[in-house]
Amino acid sequence: MNTRIPIIEKILSANDRIAARNREVLDHAGVYAINIMASPGAGKTSFILKTLDALNGRLKLGVVEGDLASSIDAEKAMAAGLPAVQINTGGDCHLDAVMLADALPSLPLQDLDLVVVENVGNLICPASFLLGTHLNVLIASIPEGDDKPYKYPGMYMGMQALIINKIDLLPYVPFNMEYFKQGVEVLNPGVTPFPVSCKTGEGMDVWADWLVGKVNTQKNNGT
Amino acid sequence: MHELSITQGILDIALGNAGTRKIKQVNLVIGQFSSIVDDSVQFYWDILSKDTAAEGSILHFERIPGEMTCRSCGHVFRPNGETFECPACSSSSVGISKGNEFQVESIDVE
Repeated sequence: MNTRIPIIEKILSANDRIAARNREVLDHAGVYAINIMASPGAGKTSFILKTLDALNGRLKLGVVEGDLASSIDAEKAMAAGLPAVQINTGGDCHLDAVMLADALPSLPLQDLDLVVVENVGNLICPASFLLGTHLNVLIASIPEGDDKPYKYPGMYMGMQALIINKIDLLPYVPFNMEYFKQGVEVLNPGVTPFPVSCKTGEGMDVWADWLVGKVNTQKNNGT
Repeated sequence: MHELSITQGILDIALGNAGTRKIKQVNLVIGQFSSIVDDSVQFYWDILSKDTAAEGSILHFERIPGEMTCRSCGHVFRPNGETFECPACSSSSVGISKGNEFQVESIDVE
C-alpha cells in the first residue's frame, strides 16, 4: 500500500538557497554583481571589455568567467587589468550558485564595486539557475536572428536588462526589430533594452551610465 | 547537460521528505517553458538513486502546456512557437498564464 506525501517544492530550491547566501556575501562586501548570459558568440567577453572602457574608471570591476573549458576569457580580462577567476564547468551548460560561491573568495571583494559574471554561452538554462547576482543581463545579437524570444522564452523571462549587440550589422542582416521587441515585451514587460555595438562602441556609454546608476543606488540603499 | 544537477535536486527533495520509507514514485510538475528532457532525467535518476531509498522508483512527469492570456480581450490560447500575438484580436499585449511550473509535487512511498 503506497502513501502519497504532498511536497510542492521548487526543484532548484537548494541552488536558490545558496544563491541567497552569495547575495549576502556580496551585499556584506558592498559589491553589486551582474550575471551576463547569451548564446556562444553573442559577444559576452567583448561586451565586458567594452563596458570597462565605457565606465572609464568610475567603478572597480572584478570578473568571474564561466566556460566549459579553457582560461581564454579570464586571461583576456586579466590582460585588461581586471582581477578575474575562471570557472571551468567541465560539461555543465550553465553556472550555478555553488560554482559562484567557490569563486567569490578568489576576488578582492572589499576593493571592488562590481562583479561581472560571464555565464556559459547557452540560451537554454542559465536563467533557471540563480547565482545570487543582483541583475541578470541577456545579450542578444543581431546575427542570431529576431526569433530568439519565441524560441528561448525562459531566458527572455529570466533577465532584467537586455543588450542588443552588433547593431552595426543591421544594414546587412535581416532582423525585424519590431517582431523581436514584441516577443521580448510579452515575456518581460518593461525590461530595459540597450542597443549597442561592441565594434563601433555605439550605445556603450548609455549602458555604462545606467549601470553606474544601478550600482550607486544599491550602495546608497546600504545593503 | 543541466539534467544532472536538476536530477540531483529532485533526489535531494524526495529523500528529504521520505524519512525511512522506500520511495516508489516521484511526481513532478513541469511547465512547457521549463527546459528539461524527461528521458535524460530518468537516465540520471537511475544512476543517482542507486543504493538510496529511491532506488528502482519511477519518475512521473506531469507536463503543463504553455498558456497565454490576452490583456486586451481576455482570450486564452497556446502559443504556436512563431508569434505570441493573440489569435483572437491580434493584440501583442499578452501574458504567460501557465507553463513556468518546475516542482516536485509529491512522492509515493511504501
